[in-house]
Amino acid sequence: MRRRTPKISIRPKHVLTGCVTVCLLLILVSFRYGGILNPIKTAVGNFITPMQKGINTVGMFISDRLDTLANMRDLLDENEELKDKIEALTLENSILIQDRYELDGLRELFQVDKKYADYPKVAARVISKDTSNYYSIFTIDKGYDDGIRIDQNVLAGNGLVGIVTEVGKNYAKVRSIIDDSSYVSGMFLKTSDTCDVKGDLQLLDSGMIRVESIPLNADVEDGYEVVTSHISNKYLQGILIGYVSDIKVDSSNLAKVAYLRPAVDFQRLEEVLIITKLKEKLESLDEDTQTK
Amino acid sequence: MIRIIVTFIEIIICFLLQSAVFPHFALANVVPDIMIILIVANAYSRGIFSGMFTGLFCGLLVDCMYGSVIGLYGILYMVIGYLNGYSTKIYDREDVTIPMVLLAVSEFLYCFFYYVFEFLMRGRLNIGYYMFRIGLPSVIYTVLVGIILYKLFNFINIKLARLSNKEEA
Repeated sequence: MRRRTPKISIRPKHVLTGCVTVCLLLILVSFRYGGILNPIKTAVGNFITPMQKGINTVGMFISDRLDTLANMRDLLDENEELKDKIEALTLENSILIQDRYELDGLRELFQVDKKYADYPKVAARVISKDTSNYYSIFTIDKGYDDGIRIDQNVLAGNGLVGIVTEVGKNYAKVRSIIDDSSYVSGMFLKTSDTCDVKGDLQLLDSGMIRVESIPLNADVEDGYEVVTSHISNKYLQGILIGYVSDIKVDSSNLAKVAYLRPAVDFQRLEEVLIITKLKEKLESLDEDTQTK
Repeated sequence: MIRIIVTFIEIIICFLLQSAVFPHFALANVVPDIMIILIVANAYSRGIFSGMFTGLFCGLLVDCMYGSVIGLYGILYMVIGYLNGYSTKIYDREDVTIPMVLLAVSEFLYCFFYYVFEFLMRGRLNIGYYMFRIGLPSVIYTVLVGIILYKLFNFINIKLARLSNKEEA
């Protein structure tokens, strides 16, 4: 059952050359003039994203069902365990609530800068992920219409997830901190020593990322918290990134390097929070609090 | 005409599956490359032109959605489709072994060039690690999924060919 050969007598080679040339031109244009092709990207995104959103629910439904079947027995055991825990926690919680009232009072008293829990935030659902296996870029179902802008910080739970890199009408793309090309300026919460937190594909399996350029004289130990630093121009100050381990002096003898365990579980990222406040607007405020 | 429309729908569905459904079933952090299965199936059963244009559109779709530069994947997928198109001379609709070999080679090439464009250019030289950790699992997983999906795509292609033959008659 052979296909008829096309009646047009153009040689495939010539068509290939033509298409490659067009693609090369496109590459050149998008490389040279940055955003000129963005309208096309946004148009395609607006067309595809609603479909992804729909089909994503199907995928989640199936994988949920599979998980349920696989974990049924574990869940029953866990349920028993958790019930016991709930009782203990309810007791603890009531004590903690009392403590919180006290803390609130004290905070007001000392005019301590409030934690990042008070930034305006938007919740969004992760609906798709980059098609290649090398990168950790994902799409969320909120976009320009929901107040998302480029360079806004993305959180999950209480840790940093990444940063918004592209915004469409009803979707946005987020580059996570475990991405190989990600770079965050960090700071040790206890000692205020700065460092660079970089994603690294080679550490993918261990769930860690790399920390570099820790000053040699920095008095840091395993398990210290790393937060986003005040000198970063995109990340708001003081967001928890993770906990360091394996600190050692690097081969150049000029700085220390370490590994960092992110505070967020990137394997199971379903919902994220986006801080709808950009760093720029905050700068004058920050200086105020620092000079105090 | 109907062939173009069906192929277009196939491309969109494959893209949706790959970006939104299969990430839930990732093994070793690797997602199978469904679009390459489609490209190989089309190129193998329908020839160079079909493979080439399927590749081009898949590539441009990925570029528009996830690429930083438009056109890079377009070229990569298109060349893969073009090269696979030559295999249509030995097309046999019952055979599954040859397309699977083609698929494995294509996926390997794709991973390799992906590494060259995205990692080597940034000075990450540890090719052994990247190929072993991402490349090899991708090839295996893609071929496994490909065995099932290829049969489906091949079935659609045969039906389509029959339909257009009837129209001609």
